[in-house]
Amino acid sequence: MSKPIVATTSLAGCFGCHMSFLDIDERILDLIELVEFNKSPIDDIKTFTKKCDIGIIEGGCCNSENVHVLQEFRKNCKTLVVIGECAIMGGLPALRNNVAPISECLEEAYLNCVSVQANDEKIIPNDDELPMILDKVYPCHEVVKIDYFIPGCAPRADLIWNALVALVTGNEMELPYEVIKYD
Amino acid sequence: MSKITVTINGKAYLTEPDKTILQVATENKIYIPTLCFLEGIKAQGSCRICTCMVNGKMMTACTTPVNDGMEVVTNTEELEKLRSKIVELLFAEGNHFCPSCERSGNCELQALAYRYKIMVPEFDYIYPARDVDAIHPKLIIDHNRCILCKRCIRRKKEPENPTWFVFENRGNKVKINFDKEHTADMDDEMAQKAMDTCPVGAIIHKEKGYDVPIGRRKYDKNPIGSDIEGKE
Ligand code: SF4
Ligand code: SF4
Ligand code: FES
Repeated sequence: MSKPIVATTSLAGCFGCHMSFLDIDERILDLIELVEFNKSPIDDIKTFTKKCDIGIIEGGCCNSENVHVLQEFRKNCKTLVVIGECAIMGGLPALRNNVAPISECLEEAYLNCVSVQANDEKIIPNDDELPMILDKVYPCHEVVKIDYFIPGCAPRADLIWNALVALVTGNEMELPYEVIKYD
Repeated sequence: MSKITVTINGKAYLTEPDKTILQVATENKIYIPTLCFLEGIKAQGSCRICTCMVNGKMMTACTTPVNDGMEVVTNTEELEKLRSKIVELLFAEGNHFCPSCERSGNCELQALAYRYKIMVPEFDYIYPARDVDAIHPKLIIDHNRCILCKRCIRRKKEPENPTWFVFENRGNKVKINFDKEHTADMDDEMAQKAMDTCPVGAIIHKEKGYDVPIGRRKYDKNPIGSDIEGKE
């Protein structure tokens, strides 16, 4: 029987969830037995080369590229699992959501901030090659349908592992109290 | 005083008539979740987390006095769902960035969400525009996290305690503020007391925080209510 295929990505996240995923220690050997990886920073496959069973997403959507990648994941993966607070509620990037309109955030970052030094022409990056920054940071489930949510910042390695094993084997997931945390 | 009988979850308990359902339940190791209630201050019954079935009707346990022959059910699937949806609404309505919150791990709202195993709120996040008020020398008010339970304000009803906080504005603009007169010369002990009155991280004692490591905070290992339920 062929192995289930897994893809992963980090959108507006800090890669902490991926680090936590790798924190499963020696179970990483079981993981390789259990699944095959496709598009993922773990194996550095940049674009989908086949349809996947499980897509694991870290981070929310703060720009047009995040939205594009998320939609690609929805198209190419049967089941989408988001991991971490950023994917679930925007996380720390979403701190800007309730503070100021995006124009003010960009002005602060590129023009007004005390640490801005070499920007005499007062340029705010706006090239066609660059993804458009969204008006606010969106949780993944407000952009596409998400099947499962794994909270934490980052989610405990055991929680990610249990979720993946449960999905692959079709068994019910173990959810002990200690592993559900929002920080 | 004459005793009365109250049935909770099918079991009869002998008790006194001047108590609330919450008191009788707690005395008998039955946990009913609370949020706006705090031992020692007058109950207000506003958050509705403690809702139980009382003689077939939904009533708040923290404000409803018991009477003879009363039938209370605390834990139906419907009630637990109602409670967990209230928690989800509170998360969607404020700005709760738990990873950067000083109260994380010791927060009653978060602990209830853990107890109900909430992975994501069903409701869209509002991300309301709210301020952080750090003008006071000892305290920070973070309006992003305030659930308007009024615990900080109601504590003034004890005569020996002066007013520390007040509500300002009305309707959806309502928010708490310092009572400038009575908080003018707060010491660290009073500031800590103010922080402890709040169920969430809306009142923060300055220059203190993150002092208990992850894993040893109040709700890291034991769900909220486990002390009442008599579990480890
Ligand atoms: S107040 Fe509680 S729920 Fe809100 S951010 Fe802080 S820890 Fe999280
Ligand atoms: S500051 Fe805390 S205690 Fe006061 S109303 Fe807000 S949540 Fe309740
Ligand atoms: S605790 Fe009873 S209504 Fe809030």
